[in-house]
Amino acid sequence: MSENKIRVLIVDDEQAIRRFLRVALTSQGYAIFEAASGADALADATAYKPDVIVLDLGLPDIDGVEVTRLLRQWTQVPIVVLSVRGSEGDKIAALDAGADDYVTKPFSVGELLARLRAALRRAAQPKGEPVFASGDLRVDLSRRLVTVENREVQLTPTEYGLLRVLVTHAGKVITHHQLLREVWGTGYEQEFHILHVNVSNLRHKIEHEPARPQFITTEPGVGYRLKTD
Amino acid sequence: MAENDSRPNPDELLAQVKTEEEQKKRGKLKIFLGYCAGVGKTFAMLEAARQQKKEKDVVVAYVETHGRPETDALLAGLEVVPRRRVEYRGVMLQEMDLDAVLARRPRLAIVDELAHTNVPESRHPKRYQDVEELIEAGIDVYTTLNVQHIESLRNIVMQISGVWMHEAVPDSVIDKAAEIELVDLPPDELLKRLKEGKVYVPDEAARAAAGFFREGNLIALRELTLRTAAVRVDDRLRAYLQAHAIRGPWPAAERILVCISPNAQSAQLVRTARMLASQLYAEWFAVYVETPNDVRLSPEERNRVLDNLRLAERMGAKTVTIRGDSVAAAVTEYSAKNHITKIVIGKTQNRWRRLFGVAVVDQIIRRSKQVDVIVATAEEKPVKQERAALGMPFIDWRAYLPPLLLIAVATLLGHAVHSYFSPANIIMIYLLCVVVTAVFWGFGPSVMVCILSVLLWDFFFVNPHLTFAVEDTQYIFAFVTLLLVGLSISYLTTRIRQQTDAAQSRESETATLYGLSRTLAAVIGLDSSVRAITDSTKETFGLDAVIFLPDAQSKEGLKPHVDDPDVEVGENETAAAVWCFQHQKVVGHGTDTLPNARARYFPLSTARGTVGVMALLLTGATSRFTAQQTRLLEAYADLAAVAIERTQFAEKARSAEILETTEKLQTALLNSISHDLRTPLVSVIGVLSSLQEEGIELDDAARRNLIQVAREEAERLNHLITNLLDVTRLESAALRVSRQPCDVEDIIGAALEQLGSRSDTRPVRIEFAEGLPFVFGDFGLIVQVLVNILENAFKYSPPGSPVEVSGRKTGNLVEIEVADRGVGIPEQDLLRIFDKFYRVQRPDSVVGTGLGLAICKGIVEAHGGGITAENRPGGGTIIRVTLPVADEGSRDAGARA
Repeated sequence: MSENKIRVLIVDDEQAIRRFLRVALTSQGYAIFEAASGADALADATAYKPDVIVLDLGLPDIDGVEVTRLLRQWTQVPIVVLSVRGSEGDKIAALDAGADDYVTKPFSVGELLARLRAALRRAAQPKGEPVFASGDLRVDLSRRLVTVENREVQLTPTEYGLLRVLVTHAGKVITHHQLLREVWGTGYEQEFHILHVNVSNLRHKIEHEPARPQFITTEPGVGYRLKTD
Repeated sequence: MAENDSRPNPDELLAQVKTEEEQKKRGKLKIFLGYCAGVGKTFAMLEAARQQKKEKDVVVAYVETHGRPETDALLAGLEVVPRRRVEYRGVMLQEMDLDAVLARRPRLAIVDELAHTNVPESRHPKRYQDVEELIEAGIDVYTTLNVQHIESLRNIVMQISGVWMHEAVPDSVIDKAAEIELVDLPPDELLKRLKEGKVYVPDEAARAAAGFFREGNLIALRELTLRTAAVRVDDRLRAYLQAHAIRGPWPAAERILVCISPNAQSAQLVRTARMLASQLYAEWFAVYVETPNDVRLSPEERNRVLDNLRLAERMGAKTVTIRGDSVAAAVTEYSAKNHITKIVIGKTQNRWRRLFGVAVVDQIIRRSKQVDVIVATAEEKPVKQERAALGMPFIDWRAYLPPLLLIAVATLLGHAVHSYFSPANIIMIYLLCVVVTAVFWGFGPSVMVCILSVLLWDFFFVNPHLTFAVEDTQYIFAFVTLLLVGLSISYLTTRIRQQTDAAQSRESETATLYGLSRTLAAVIGLDSSVRAITDSTKETFGLDAVIFLPDAQSKEGLKPHVDDPDVEVGENETAAAVWCFQHQKVVGHGTDTLPNARARYFPLSTARGTVGVMALLLTGATSRFTAQQTRLLEAYADLAAVAIERTQFAEKARSAEILETTEKLQTALLNSISHDLRTPLVSVIGVLSSLQEEGIELDDAARRNLIQVAREEAERLNHLITNLLDVTRLESAALRVSRQPCDVEDIIGAALEQLGSRSDTRPVRIEFAEGLPFVFGDFGLIVQVLVNILENAFKYSPPGSPVEVSGRKTGNLVEIEVADRGVGIPEQDLLRIFDKFYRVQRPDSVVGTGLGLAICKGIVEAHGGGITAENRPGGGTIIRVTLPVADEGSRDAGARA
């Protein structure tokens, strides 16, 4: 019956939100499943095996971050969390626990759809393409070649490592902790200074206007995101 | 809201008033009165106490049984408060423990021997004062008293028995007693008991015992006692009749005035007046007239006046001190004004003055028209009076020497000119000396000069020269006249001088008070007022003053305010001040209560109650205040009380004002916010309902347009709510600032990103100094600051006009500037734009909440930075934000791995 429709599990205790999400997502061709609580979410995830989960962090029974953790214990299904402005801590915790991306309430449906697509794309290609292209930027991971407007850009090993991680997670948000861990290693999770300096240097090398980056965008208080088209 | 909690609850107020009223209820005093020791007063009192014990909480505070077994037996079963042991001069003495009884709070306390004198160092010198304190605390008291210890009867007792009683209880205490029970025993029975050894006689009286316990005496004393009790009973009957509007056989209201003078009879006169007043049921006044002559009173006489005034007050008179030129005039004027019906005055001893009819008594008799004048004789003052130490001798011998010199000079001068002038003219030189001496050295020396002048004139200048004989008898006339004139001039000049002195001292007193009241009127604030008072007291009296004010936090309830660090205020001083405050009486040195304190405490009272206590620390030099000084001090205390009350009122008015303003603001805010919150919803609901409406036909473009409007309005509402929440969080300090090193470039980028479409149409020029360091702060919050500032810049400048963002390092801070080419901000608003809900007043007012910049300020200041606005030369505004630099080692404190 679903005809290979992509299955989305919407987890939110607000009925109104579930309703409009159902309408919006169905119109985009997704198959919708709804859960109103953390317990239901865990049960439905097992039962319906959705392709992507939209998870509200402010659930009544189990904390959204905890649900993420529990899900990640047995599945790698992409999770996009719905968070409230001001609770940066929760957002970061969810992302660190394994969520792929987030949108802040109130959000526009377009934004959510973009995030869902990005998350799904990642899931579909775990290894990722060897060449990343977006706008004037081209990153060839197999050849360690980075070009902007077809001009090669010289990067330090650290900067390249940073760019590589961003490309691997293209379209998704990566928290500062994750970046530091993946580029510098565990134990460097608090060294924000180094991270920001390197991001700044990287931007100065590959962005048209470093002050208004097109590629490496900042998610305030959370992390960075390499924008895809 | 917190403000509402500060308003008192009406129920609580009512309860408080009731408790206060109950506390103010005085206890009742019952006196067991007897005419002599041994009639059985203590026995009767204890019997009554045992009766009362059946229904009330009775406690024995102090009873002296003298070892008599019948009396001891009565004590059994009664609770006895242990006595206070005091060591005095090496002897262990026992006194009633007043504080223990007060703490115990019985319904009825038994206190024997009302006239007893307490050991020095006790709170009150006399036991009747202890009893008064118990009464005021609401405790009923039974006590015993012998008739000879009643103040107004001491003279009569002395006449009867020949013994002067040392201890006395003021009539005012007895007048206030609710009940007097007469304990009577026929004299022959008393004598029988004495023989049987059943009567306790204190050793000191043993000497007089033989004389005291004669039958004649006892009969007389008994009659006196019966009469005294009868008078009191009559009082109660009279009050009863009055209360029931039954007219009794008593005369219409009499008012009696007695004149107090410095001489020895005054005390006796006061007692006479007191008896007269009580027999006539009249109000009575004790008046002292201060004349210019008083500057010549000896300290002993001054003290006597004060003592007599106090005596009269203790006996229930209203005491008044009037100033005037002559006693008679002042007294008759006062009598006329106050409807006095009888004046009691003493006979002047000075026969000479009586002869000339200028004695005070004669003057008063002459002047008083409708008033009866009662001339009372006074007995010789009883021998047993302490002689006060003689102060400086009154006659100043030194005043007589300069005039002698003057006279010698005058004589020499006369000698020089006597060949040119007749003797009659030379006398003028001498007259001049008389006048000069009278002005500068007083009456005595000028009289001396006068007499000497006559003699010298006769000797040197009247023929025959150098003898006292007189050739021409007409000169005798001159001598006599000269003498008379000289004496008159002396007298008058001295008088004038004295009046001038008196007037001057009065003026300086008034000037001091005026000065103080002006200072206090000009001063604002409690501390300044207190300082003004203490400074003024120091200046006028040379004494340090400490003001005690109520303080809810301190355990005594009063806190001393003192500027001078040398002045120590110890526990004793504070305790005395507390007592003064509670009982609203002048206490301390020179008064009846706590006479050994090192200060005198004045309650600062106004019509509404006591606001504090002023303590004057007495040095060794000043041990007593004159009547004038006491008056001045009391006036000071009144001024101080009013000034302090005024500052308290000012405080209350201010807080009331603030409360009112705050409430007004809150109402205005609520109105404004509810309007702002509703307005976007109007559009949203309007649009959505239009889309729902069946009858409305819309084409795609129109529909898309409507939906866009609704979307924008909804976003605006979101924005407003976000701002309100931020403001609330900033206010309640619930804002969590997690600090990290932040890249300024990153911040600007993120801010512009967030502004999205709004920033697309604007050229934004970004310029950062080389090597701009990171700032230390919360990334998200600082982005918000920049978003708000940029949004403002866009809002208040024409579309398409450029906005410049720059950053540089200054000292330990990073400075970020956002400059626009907009309309600018009026000069006076440059600081106010950072206030909450502030919107620059303009006819083309741009829509907004007025919160954006206030939030920026809150966030920036929470980081330890600052934000300012200034107008740009050439038009536009520059907003400058400074934030602390993140050095290499900066870490968020909580983020240590």
